[in-house]
Amino acid sequence: MATLKSIHACRDRFAQFAIYTAAFMVCAAFVWILSDLVLGGAAHLSWDFLVDSPRDAGRAGGIGPILVSTGLVLMVALMAALPLGWTTAVLLAEYISADSSFGYAVRYSLHVLACVPSIVFGLFGNAFFSIYLDMGFSILSGGLTLACMLLPILISTADAGLRAVPDTYRLSAAALGMSRTTTLFRLLLPAASPSLAAGLLLGTGRAVAETAALLFTSGYVDRMPGSLLDSGRTLSIHIFDLSMNIPGGDARAHASALVLITALLLLNVAAMRLAAGWQRRRITE
Amino acid sequence: MCPGPRQAMSEQKQMAGEDNIAYTLGPMQAGPICCDPQPLIQVEDLSLHYGAKAALDRVTLDIHRGCITALIGPSGCGKTSFLLSINRLTDLIPGCRITGRIRIDGRDIHDPLCDVQTLRRRIGMVFQKPIPFPLSIHRNIELPLHEHGITRRADTGPIIEQVLQDVGLWNEVHDRLHSPALRLSGGQQQRLCIARALALNPHILLMDEPCSALDPLASGIVEDLISRLSGRYTIVIVTHNLAQAGRIANYAAFFWTKGQAGQLVEFGRCRQIFESPSHELTAAYVNGVRG
Repeated sequence: MATLKSIHACRDRFAQFAIYTAAFMVCAAFVWILSDLVLGGAAHLSWDFLVDSPRDAGRAGGIGPILVSTGLVLMVALMAALPLGWTTAVLLAEYISADSSFGYAVRYSLHVLACVPSIVFGLFGNAFFSIYLDMGFSILSGGLTLACMLLPILISTADAGLRAVPDTYRLSAAALGMSRTTTLFRLLLPAASPSLAAGLLLGTGRAVAETAALLFTSGYVDRMPGSLLDSGRTLSIHIFDLSMNIPGGDARAHASALVLITALLLLNVAAMRLAAGWQRRRITE
Repeated sequence: MCPGPRQAMSEQKQMAGEDNIAYTLGPMQAGPICCDPQPLIQVEDLSLHYGAKAALDRVTLDIHRGCITALIGPSGCGKTSFLLSINRLTDLIPGCRITGRIRIDGRDIHDPLCDVQTLRRRIGMVFQKPIPFPLSIHRNIELPLHEHGITRRADTGPIIEQVLQDVGLWNEVHDRLHSPALRLSGGQQQRLCIARALALNPHILLMDEPCSALDPLASGIVEDLISRLSGRYTIVIVTHNLAQAGRIANYAAFFWTKGQAGQLVEFGRCRQIFESPSHELTAAYVNGVRG
């Protein structure tokens, strides 16, 4: 009896140890990356670094135009992908039955699309937007290429969020004689808003961090863009270029990466706050 | 128009001597008889299939105006399906097919000219589990009102107060109308759902085991409320609680599964169904021998 007890205690302790170790390793990896970036880049961070233009191929100067290009690419991508993605998600979740062959086909193609490597999206964007639609190397063609990449993320998160809203709401709303549109806009979408925000956040994070898809579409001219048809270098491409092609660019690459990570963290917090606030307002208004 | 079932309730309370217990443990009694029965809902040869599976087989039944009709029978015998077909919520269930005819006030509800939204406005429904929307108490009632064109605050305010009074919730929530409905207790949530249905001024109330997810105390309050609503509304209630059916209903319909599909075995005044059923299955069920 005593031995059985001690075996169980031993097993419990081992399991506990393994679980804590795994969690610790995950945190350690994040802390390592972050501390490396802070150590290598924090010294170069300043207001001037954020607003100045890069000089000497990026070894000196700042990242002002690069931040602007990143913002513009992101804006184009979201403006194209959000309406398309969320409308498709509403169609999938609300207007098509879960086991219809059309719904199955759309979902399957989204899964495939989500697995396509970003370099393939880059080549597609280059062939379609840059060459076929004659947009050249531009922020517009880069943003639209990113939009194609974001669609699977946006659609599947919104679809899952809408499906997670209990069917009883739909039934109860219908029993009160409420139309489908009212039910959708007043009940289902607000109830699914945390999922929509999560999808938006994942998508934005992916878009901001994307490199390969933009190499062939938005290009890497580091001037301040004059319009959406200008080429523009995004932050991630800047980091890539500095660390791979520019000898002596490591310090600025560290600083740029630190800016990128900080932006992503802020974005994360903002999206979570937004979702929580939106839901609270809906509940209490 | 009917002698108030409340009288029967209060007699029971006296008999049991204890308010809370009387509702669920009181002796089974037939509900008061509804005078001057006029059919409001006429169901003829209603059959219902989910895909290839039959759920209801040729049910014919008249439901009388202003009365409470209880649908009783074992689980899976088609009572809920019957209820859902009255306000055409079955339209929302994929693969559900209906044959036969349902007329309300003489008008066929499957007529192409019949507007489903108006139909559902006239027929309130209360589900087994309370389903308040994740909105405030106030907004829960206001939203359906807005949907049906009652948008002015001067109109919605009094309606919301009135229906909350009707379900006995006003005193409990009038100072926190704008707090989340999900923070109410189960019984309060169910009464809010009843209030939400009443706000649209329906003629008919369909109730699918409205007390089964509630504790005995809350269940008693809701049951009391239902019996107070009789006369003003035509109520069809599905219940597994035979004592409850006996206390509040004027009429009872006994369903039973024959073969694969649910059928109506017997329909009549509640007293007759409980005290002198004409079918042996009914007798076995109400006496607790089967089912």
